[in-house]
Amino acid sequence: FVGMILHQNPSCDWKTYGFQLFPFPALETDYHNLELERLKKSQTNWGDPQHIYMPPFPQATPFISRRTSRFGPPNHVLTVQRPFPLSHGTTTLGFIFQGGVIAAADTRASAGGLVACPAVHKITPIHSHLVVTSSGSGADCMLWERILIREIRLYELRHKRRLSIRASAKLLSCMLHPFKGTDVCVALTLGPRVIYVCSDGARLQGDIISVGSGSPYAYGVLDGGLSWSLSKEEAISLAREAVFRATHRDAYSGNNVDLFHIDFLRVLHETYNVYPTFKGHSLNVTTGKW
Amino acid sequence: MEYLIGIQGPDYVLVAADNVAASSIIQMKHDYDKMFKLSEKILLLCVGEAGDTVQFAEYIQKNVQLYKMRNGYELSPSAAANFTRKNLADYLRSRTPYHVNLLLAGHDESDGPGLFYMDYMASLAKAPFAAHGYGAFLTLSILDRYYRPDLSRDEAVELLRKCVEELNKRFILNLPSFNVRLIDKDGIHDMEKITLIAK
Repeated sequence: FVGMILHQNPSCDWKTYGFQLFPFPALETDYHNLELERLKKSQTNWGDPQHIYMPPFPQATPFISRRTSRFGPPNHVLTVQRPFPLSHGTTTLGFIFQGGVIAAADTRASAGGLVACPAVHKITPIHSHLVVTSSGSGADCMLWERILIREIRLYELRHKRRLSIRASAKLLSCMLHPFKGTDVCVALTLGPRVIYVCSDGARLQGDIISVGSGSPYAYGVLDGGLSWSLSKEEAISLAREAVFRATHRDAYSGNNVDLFHIDFLRVLHETYNVYPTFKGHSLNVTTGKW
Repeated sequence: MEYLIGIQGPDYVLVAADNVAASSIIQMKHDYDKMFKLSEKILLLCVGEAGDTVQFAEYIQKNVQLYKMRNGYELSPSAAANFTRKNLADYLRSRTPYHVNLLLAGHDESDGPGLFYMDYMASLAKAPFAAHGYGAFLTLSILDRYYRPDLSRDEAVELLRKCVEELNKRFILNLPSFNVRLIDKDGIHDMEKITLIAK
């Protein structure tokens, strides 16, 4: 779960890519001026460049165009080469069983090697019966959740009926389509269905979906223990176990486990502490005491 | 990673696609359908980049339906294939090309059955048999060896099964099940799914 991007490469001007960002004035931040203002302020600080006073966040993933090497010269080179594309620093999962739908996620927001926040809400209720789990860039996910909430509510007001679950997923997928290439990935856990929507356009409905860097570990536990006829307590403990195992192995997932159970009537929220995984003193996250 | 195959007979077209929807190293779905029904007698099989496949295929699907609504009759498979190719070509040199590989299979009253092979480079070829994906390297020679223009339907399914067993034996990735459909003058028929036990 990559935290907010605070430092942008000044040579990366997204206006030159010409994306149509129509009615989102909030996104029209002028990064050039921001940089210049910072530099001006630093003149009073004995001329030190401002950026050395900021924690060492990694270079923001450049706003690269969709096709880098195939149809044109690569605009920016990613600094770290991965053996396979590792998706975002989080573990989220959702599955269906006889008692409804369970959505679970860890609560760690990481920015490179730093834990930016240990108590983030990655699962957001967006409607009375809909819940969204998010992974990827934190700012993007928050934005798109709010946009989706707005659009679903507008549809409901205009047409006097609820937008169906698959239609909500398709709406999000179509809204994300112009932003292909950015790092958003939203796994929707809706009503009696689990649907995976990704910013690269994928939209999959399934019975078990897990998203994030910890998802292989979560799949391992889920695939072994999941069946349709689980009771509610068994399903909750299975989801908790899956996220816990993922946080144990994955560096970018950790802290607490957020769990949502949707049983067609209401959304029930519980948070469980994951067993602290560092040696020495153990901190009780809820009470704040060692 | 993904595999499509089509075999044209004297009065039918047999098509099959694998059922795996993958995201990097994870199989997210085991029963994903890669065939899109354009009209009563035309099927579009679409593989390629994650979002592009569904977006492009649904765009073509809705446009073919729109043509029928506007003009009262359906597009022929050849016309639909050329329309699809034109769209691919138009987007090819834009900033947002669609990276999709397609097989379009259909049956026309006057022309008979047709199988069209399309590439992400907007190439179009009408072929008696065709395949997409890494699996094509393994199975095209089998199709070359055993294909005859007058194959019966059972023989075509048998040929398809041969190809799929070869994939099971030699292909590095696990493709356990395949959707199979047959198109003839009576429309699109779902055939029995081919499911293989991993060796």
